Amino acid sequence: MAKPMHPTPMLDELETGPWPSFVTGLKRLAQDKDYMVDLLGQLEHSYKTRKGYWKGGTVGVFGYGGGVIPRFTEAKTADNKPMFPDAAEFHTLRVMPPAGMHYDTAILRKLADIWERHGSGLIAFHGQSGDIMFQGVTTANVQKAFDEINEAGFDLGGAGPAVRTSMSCVGAARCEQSCYDEASAHRAVINSFLDDIHRPSLPYKFKFKFSGCPNDCMNSIQRADMAVIGTWRDNIRSDEALARKWFARHGMNELVNDVVARCPTKAIQLKEVKDLRSDAGITAVRVSDTHGVEIDNRDCVRCMHCINVMTGALAPGKDKGATILVGGKRTLKIGDLMGTVVVPFMKLANDEDREKLVELGQKIIDFFAENALEHERTGEMIERIGLVNFLDALGIEVDANMVAAPRTNPYVRTDGWDEEVAKINARKHKAA
Amino acid sequence: MSQPQMRRAIESGVPDNKQYLHPLLAKNYGDWKYHDRPRPGVLRHVAHGGDEVWTVRAGTQRQMDVHTIRKLCDIADRYAEGHVRFTIRSNIEFMVSSSAKVAPLVEALEGSGFPVGGTGNSVSMIAHTQGWLHCDIPGTDASGAVKALMDELYDEFRREEMPNRVHLSTSCCEINCGGQADIAIIVQHTKPPKINHDLVANVCERPAVVARCPVAAIRPAMVNGKPSLEIDEKKCMCCGACYPPCPPMQINDPEHTKLAIWVGGKNSNARAKPTFMKMVASGLPNNPPRWPEVAAVVKKILAVYKEDARPWERMSDWIERIGWPRFFEKTDLPFTKYLIDDWRGARANLNASTHIRF
Repeated sequence: MAKPMHPTPMLDELETGPWPSFVTGLKRLAQDKDYMVDLLGQLEHSYKTRKGYWKGGTVGVFGYGGGVIPRFTEAKTADNKPMFPDAAEFHTLRVMPPAGMHYDTAILRKLADIWERHGSGLIAFHGQSGDIMFQGVTTANVQKAFDEINEAGFDLGGAGPAVRTSMSCVGAARCEQSCYDEASAHRAVINSFLDDIHRPSLPYKFKFKFSGCPNDCMNSIQRADMAVIGTWRDNIRSDEALARKWFARHGMNELVNDVVARCPTKAIQLKEVKDLRSDAGITAVRVSDTHGVEIDNRDCVRCMHCINVMTGALAPGKDKGATILVGGKRTLKIGDLMGTVVVPFMKLANDEDREKLVELGQKIIDFFAENALEHERTGEMIERIGLVNFLDALGIEVDANMVAAPRTNPYVRTDGWDEEVAKINARKHKAA
Repeated sequence: MSQPQMRRAIESGVPDNKQYLHPLLAKNYGDWKYHDRPRPGVLRHVAHGGDEVWTVRAGTQRQMDVHTIRKLCDIADRYAEGHVRFTIRSNIEFMVSSSAKVAPLVEALEGSGFPVGGTGNSVSMIAHTQGWLHCDIPGTDASGAVKALMDELYDEFRREEMPNRVHLSTSCCEINCGGQADIAIIVQHTKPPKINHDLVANVCERPAVVARCPVAAIRPAMVNGKPSLEIDEKKCMCCGACYPPCPPMQINDPEHTKLAIWVGGKNSNARAKPTFMKMVASGLPNNPPRWPEVAAVVKKILAVYKEDARPWERMSDWIERIGWPRFFEKTDLPFTKYLIDDWRGARANLNASTHIRF
């Protein structure tokens, strides 16, 4: 039994209503731990005064420079004593999740037991970067908790100017839209950068994220310095039985208004069966005895919309891989940035392909480490130096897929134009 | 004196998920054909070989006590098959090999207080940050704001009645966490930081703080004989970027830290390219424990979107069709001068055409 609770009239209001209440969970923990009694006291104090009361510091585990988020209370009395002394230290361990965030109950119970023994008993599945966040542990218990979590097969994630914890979608494990083995790519990349995760020494954070298709369920395009987003090069596949089934259920209005009219590049057309074309770049599938849809895959930008609506009837092609986009980030400092295309397509079918992905990541991180200003993200660095200089450094040839449009101003020196054209022609000649 | 022997970390990195996969997921890895949704909150995936797996998705509070985690494990062991996963929005998913197990599992989850839903065209769980519970720079709380809002959106989580999926997010500061969302709730400071000049010299690396300011409004200064920093308050746009590297530059204020609402962000490439969200309301009070003023605006926007958008239009697609003037008109939100962009690239957000809807 723990000490008596502080009054928490404001937090109590968050125990009403149908959604699961974290306050009820905190109070359950406070039945056994003075630690959580005082945590609730401080949180109520924040609610009352509308201010936060944690400051950072330096706490870690042996051999690592990051992965622990230190929190010391700033809620102090007039004589500088903690108002809630039992919760004066409330650190978080960031722990990397398995790819796709799959668990079985045995491991979840084990992790819960460890955290009940050494920590507060409060765990977030998951933080914004994907970490399992074991929230609330004293400085004295950080190492003990980590040792047991580590023995259970889990490792600390990133914090500070480091490669950060990554996320991958459910992917090939349970999704028909998966365009590469997300879990294998996720592990191949992240487990190659453990030193940069555990020992922060970059200009600022660097995040990888892995989404299996352009639906980008991992939000990688705007939350990752390097986003690996699945796509395919060949034709959309079709299944007539499922297409007919879809049409029988949804009808012509939905086919026209929700599928054909919503194609962003007008690549898909509704046609009478007799007018359906069949050539190498065309996907044509009947939805009834009289009508079918025809997709010109050369115009298709792989947006996923028609496949999302007619799942199974339409499906990604077989020549799958990923597009690599670089430079996505949140607001600080120059404003939000989306990642932009650096590699339009790369195969990710086997270990050799994944090794190339790791090498690309390594080159980008090396360049970032050398050239970014302190606290500058990769996207900001590219904005500062220009994409072409970044590509030059990486040894990547320019590609028209990297731009939304060519430049709209003449402010560029073009005295190397003829040599560039000669290089491109030489490459074409060699490829032919 | 000898040092105690320290345990060396096993630098094992990301665990292999194969050991945790449901057997049917492991068996059909990379070989799924299609899926459908028998009811909101339930997915049925069909493999090329004919295997089927049912997934039941339920909402959680994200910040979970170990007793809640064990309760979810008990449900997984008794009504499902011991394998779960979490979505990026902190929903938990239970995989089962037979349709007969779905209804009892749904009943067990809802009976234990975990709403089943968050699939398809629903309002899914809000992606949220840490807030007062654990962050060192928060302007507001995240878990509480999310709990309060999800109480209000509970039915929309359990149904699939929206035109398309709706993703929400919250952020407790203006600058770092929180993602693009159809509707986002983000702190907006309205006054420059208050500087405690007694502490700056000891706590802050001053050149780093000067460099952090996006508008170069901070400069070194001697104040009361001590090295400190001063702010050009005419330049300062109150973003709070100086506060993390220099806690004596307190940006959070019980009165002047407000909340803003942003709409129309999405990450998916489906239909239009991914979009950034746009600010459509600000000045809302930071009003714990339930933030009713924020909830009212979010619910109003959702109600209009639900009524007015066509099937498959995300928030951004819908606004693209109806135009911003009608968005503000329909949602009863005032379009103020503060919503006209003046940051870098701002001209791209002006109307350089005669495309005007009357």
